Amino acid sequence: MTDEIIRWLTPWEPQPVLIAVFALAALCYARGLARRRRIRDIAPAIAFGIGLISMYVVMQTHVDYYAQYMFFIHRAQHLILHHLGPFLIALSMPTAVLAAGAPAWLNRGVRGIGTLPPVMACYRFVQHPVISALLFVGLIYFWLTPSIHFTAMLSARDYWLMNLSMAVDGLLFWWFMLDPRAPGTTRTTYSTGLRIIVLWAVMPPQIALGAYIALAPDTVYDVYAVCGRAFPISPIVDQQLGGLITWIPAAMMSVVATLILLRFGFIHERNRTPPAAERKTAIPTKEPVT
Amino acid sequence: MTLYKIHSALWLALVLGLGTALSACSGGADYAAHDITGVMPDLEFNLTNEKGEAVTADDYDGRLKLLFFGYTNCPDICPATMARIRAALGGLDADTRDNIDVLFLSVDPERDTPERLQRFTSSFGEGVTGLTGTQEQLKALSKRYRVTYGYGEPNENGFYLVSHSSAIFVFGPDDRARLLINQQQGVDEITADLKTLLGQLD
Repeated sequence: MTDEIIRWLTPWEPQPVLIAVFALAALCYARGLARRRRIRDIAPAIAFGIGLISMYVVMQTHVDYYAQYMFFIHRAQHLILHHLGPFLIALSMPTAVLAAGAPAWLNRGVRGIGTLPPVMACYRFVQHPVISALLFVGLIYFWLTPSIHFTAMLSARDYWLMNLSMAVDGLLFWWFMLDPRAPGTTRTTYSTGLRIIVLWAVMPPQIALGAYIALAPDTVYDVYAVCGRAFPISPIVDQQLGGLITWIPAAMMSVVATLILLRFGFIHERNRTPPAAERKTAIPTKEPVT
Repeated sequence: MTLYKIHSALWLALVLGLGTALSACSGGADYAAHDITGVMPDLEFNLTNEKGEAVTADDYDGRLKLLFFGYTNCPDICPATMARIRAALGGLDADTRDNIDVLFLSVDPERDTPERLQRFTSSFGEGVTGLTGTQEQLKALSKRYRVTYGYGEPNENGFYLVSHSSAIFVFGPDDRARLLINQQQGVDEITADLKTLLGQLD
């Protein structure tokens, strides 16, 4: 039993840097929670925890082995890396808690790098609505191009490049989409309407690709036959399952995000009215009485 | 705005560059097979041959090697692939053929004893060697080439299926990984690829 647990927890291809980054994020977050001691941190903490742990599990446990040798598990891995995990992390708005828990040098470093003009310009560029949508869908199509997918599964370097690019792009995209601040707060906080358009724009291409894979009569990705599968399963069933995972849950995420954005929109709307009303009564009292 | 434009151009270049760099690795123009030169590591293993002797990759040094992962109870792919290899090698002249080793690696050591392996390989002509090893040895080698295998549930007669790689890996005399031949490739294409590769090595 313990052997079995150890086998499942052992990374199939250990990536020390990746493990360090996850450990640092988890540590800073836990410390931040302990320092702040706020009840309202609990719900976001659950979202952050599930997001972070799920991303770690699909990359650095035995799940990664199955993801390398079964197409449908590979698709599920990317669903977590590119959609679900980053979605939950972005939804938890972890910046304040992370900053509260991070050592001072790390906060200074992140702020230092984050405010460098080229970094800010790059960030603004990738968070531009059109670029962000293109990157989000483009990466899925890029890595699922059969010839590119073939090499990515055979070359250790490309495999990690693929998974990391999906994780990073997922974080960027959902960070941009689920930004809870009022539109216009920063240069990358776009209006709710525009963000909903982007969310719906990325849906049809994902549905089309997923349906194409799920309904293809022949093998689209022969690399799984070339490398062997983790257990004997019909290649076409493997492919159909993978196609369905690309097709349905991925597109559903856009719908869920839309609902969340609409809620943010209502909150901003509600918050906008009181200050105007207050001002009318507040201004006269500020004037000298005598 | 100019800064913005410069950055747009930079990013576009990066994305396109990544695209071309990756697609460049994914298929040499000269081969029907996938060119895996530089993508996969050199051949290295500790296994047992069909005579029951311990062997390493060094024992096959200086010769071109075709490596296939399979099992002797395999109902379709393995015998068919071995027959294709035999036919493809038939298209080469005898001298060249003598310098090529075909390594049939069984990933089912439970059933594939050295005797059984020998019986299987002898039906596919000269130059075919059966290899197998412990689970640890097999896992080390398959992980090295990013392939895997797995066992199905046994039926009432104890027969079980084994999932395995369907590709033929070609290694140069210097043990460098060179080509990956998949199931779709015809006999003539394999012969042509081997000729091209041998021509490049000379």
